[in-house]
Amino acid sequence: MKFLNALINGISLGSIYAIIAIGYTMVYGIAKMLNFAHGDVIMIGGYVAYFAIVSNGMDPVLGFLLTMIFTTLLGVVVEKLAYSPLRSAPSLAVLITAIGVSYFLQNIVLLIFGSTPKMFSGISLPSLSLMGGKLTVSGVTILTIVVSVLIVVSLVFFINKTKIGKSMLAVSEDRDAAKLMGINVNFTISVTFAIGSALAAIATFLYFSAYPSVTNTAGAMPGIKAFIAAVFGGIGSIPGAMVGGILLGIIEILSATYISTNLSLAIVFGILIVLIIIKPTGIFGKKIKEKV
Amino acid sequence: MKKSIKKLLSLGLVTVMVASLFAGCGKKDSDSSSSNDKFYIGSIGPITGAAAQYGECVMNSAQIAVDEINANGGINGYQVEFKFIDDANVVETAVSAYNTLKDWGMQILMGTVTTQPCMSVAELTEIDEMFQITPSASSTSVIEGNTNVFQVCFTDPNQGSASAVYIGENSLASKVAVIYDSSSDYSSGIYQSFTEEAENQDFEVVYSGAFTSDSNKDFSVQLQAAMDAGAELLFLPIYYTEASLILTQADAMGYDPVIFGVDGMDGILTVENFDTSLAEDVLLLTPFAADATDDLTVNFVTKYEELYGETPNQFGADAYDAIYIIKAALESANATPDMDIDELCEKLVAAITSISVDGLTGKDMQWSANGAVNKAPKAVVIKNGTYVSFDASSYSTASEE
Repeated sequence: MKFLNALINGISLGSIYAIIAIGYTMVYGIAKMLNFAHGDVIMIGGYVAYFAIVSNGMDPVLGFLLTMIFTTLLGVVVEKLAYSPLRSAPSLAVLITAIGVSYFLQNIVLLIFGSTPKMFSGISLPSLSLMGGKLTVSGVTILTIVVSVLIVVSLVFFINKTKIGKSMLAVSEDRDAAKLMGINVNFTISVTFAIGSALAAIATFLYFSAYPSVTNTAGAMPGIKAFIAAVFGGIGSIPGAMVGGILLGIIEILSATYISTNLSLAIVFGILIVLIIIKPTGIFGKKIKEKV
Repeated sequence: MKKSIKKLLSLGLVTVMVASLFAGCGKKDSDSSSSNDKFYIGSIGPITGAAAQYGECVMNSAQIAVDEINANGGINGYQVEFKFIDDANVVETAVSAYNTLKDWGMQILMGTVTTQPCMSVAELTEIDEMFQITPSASSTSVIEGNTNVFQVCFTDPNQGSASAVYIGENSLASKVAVIYDSSSDYSSGIYQSFTEEAENQDFEVVYSGAFTSDSNKDFSVQLQAAMDAGAELLFLPIYYTEASLILTQADAMGYDPVIFGVDGMDGILTVENFDTSLAEDVLLLTPFAADATDDLTVNFVTKYEELYGETPNQFGADAYDAIYIIKAALESANATPDMDIDELCEKLVAAITSISVDGLTGKDMQWSANGAVNKAPKAVVIKNGTYVSFDASSYSTASEE
């Protein structure tokens, strides 16, 4: 029973990582850059949602749409201002910029809203009771898993079947060749960011419904863990991000339950290192053939 | 990781500043203060940022005390000037605020409000030989090695052992679980002294779970373990930000233990949009309850509510007491404002260890030479979204029913 309980807790934590990781991996897979500010976009989404729904009593569905429009715009603006001038710069420069953007967003929010935590109350769903009340699965967890699966399926469909999706695929395979074929690379990357940031709005709602404290650093640690989850599953692979996220959550909770709450993160990162040594591309990662 | 780098940086900055103090001219402020005909008391604390509500209450309450003293003829016949500067709970800002106050002519420092800045400022007052009394910086490192620094609040270890004694003597529970932040000095310090004292008490610590500042969102493991261990009381020596999440998650799990917190829990009712019904019946060890009916408390709370439209918290009460403690010490030392800062400090240090003060936060408060206060702990309980004095006798009968 203890094991089952821990497993369920792990899945609920992991499903949150998964939904954030999908946004990470999507941007990485296509634009080939690590958007470290992804977690902070989620955090800002949290503030937007808080002010829309909690402070101004907006209908949750409208509030959600507003949050999604806001994060999408934010993602596109950040991409245009901070990342697109660096399109031909070395990837290290882009990475450092992304870290800079992340700190910028955190501090600007601190400046505007202060750091008193705000309690979000977006979605409240009934919990599912199993085995005569001995196990409870929260409604948010079930919703998160369902939503993650839906996102994975529709993204895979979108990328493989639609025209813009195919051009994303082309950009990710070879940017220069895609340009020669008449694909608008800048536009494609902007669309990628827009989708990634729209996904951040979904993550916002699910994340803050599970852990309702909205602060300016709320996006930082989940962002990093989601990044690890994405690497775990094979960065660039959308189903991989979901599997990686859930696995990461399960490992974290199981090691906290059976070994030590203090060591759980060390164990998670340790396993990651071992995995990367054995299979550098992650669980679902594609083999990269270097052509000489 | 990020925090430790920040700490290192601030430590480095402070070292540089301390070094520059040594390198610069030794004493420059004694001339300016020798012609004073008033006592200049300065204070530093956060009135912006995360801990803003603490500093604000300290500032307002100290002002009330100063105004009362001035209206009643001052200290030893001299009026008191009071000035408060914001430090936003940042070490560097606190150090520059301290220097600004020195330029203003400060002779006695009532502050700082929070522990991290206070540690650095205490190093400076020690060098300047300025008398310092902090209302609320509770770490032992604030007073350790600084003969000129005193506290109005309990030190962290005292909070832990006092909590254990309180739970034991009032038989609040027989099985207790603790969830604490192992990455914070404050929390792990209280945790240690709590478990040490718990061995002498009539209850059992059935589970202790740690978290760190990197894993402070999901408490399902700790709460599950506490519930499985059958803990009736959950001791939370942590700040209210995490405590609010723990309360929310425990509620979602259907786990409803008695929650016992320390002063870091103060503020849980101010978290925006927090469902205060979750905090119903939360106990916290605090020296001050705004609803107490003694004349001193009624006078202070009424004035505060009239002037600032809010109910003061324990930080304000500590600050109000601090001003009166300074007054008592100055009177006992027969001090006058024309004394040098170091002379004043020497007299006050000698005086404070020999006096006993009745204040809002305790009767018969006394100080040992190391700077720690000795007073009896009290507990309050949250009822209908406000703090109410906790009556242990009514509690134990209620729980037996």
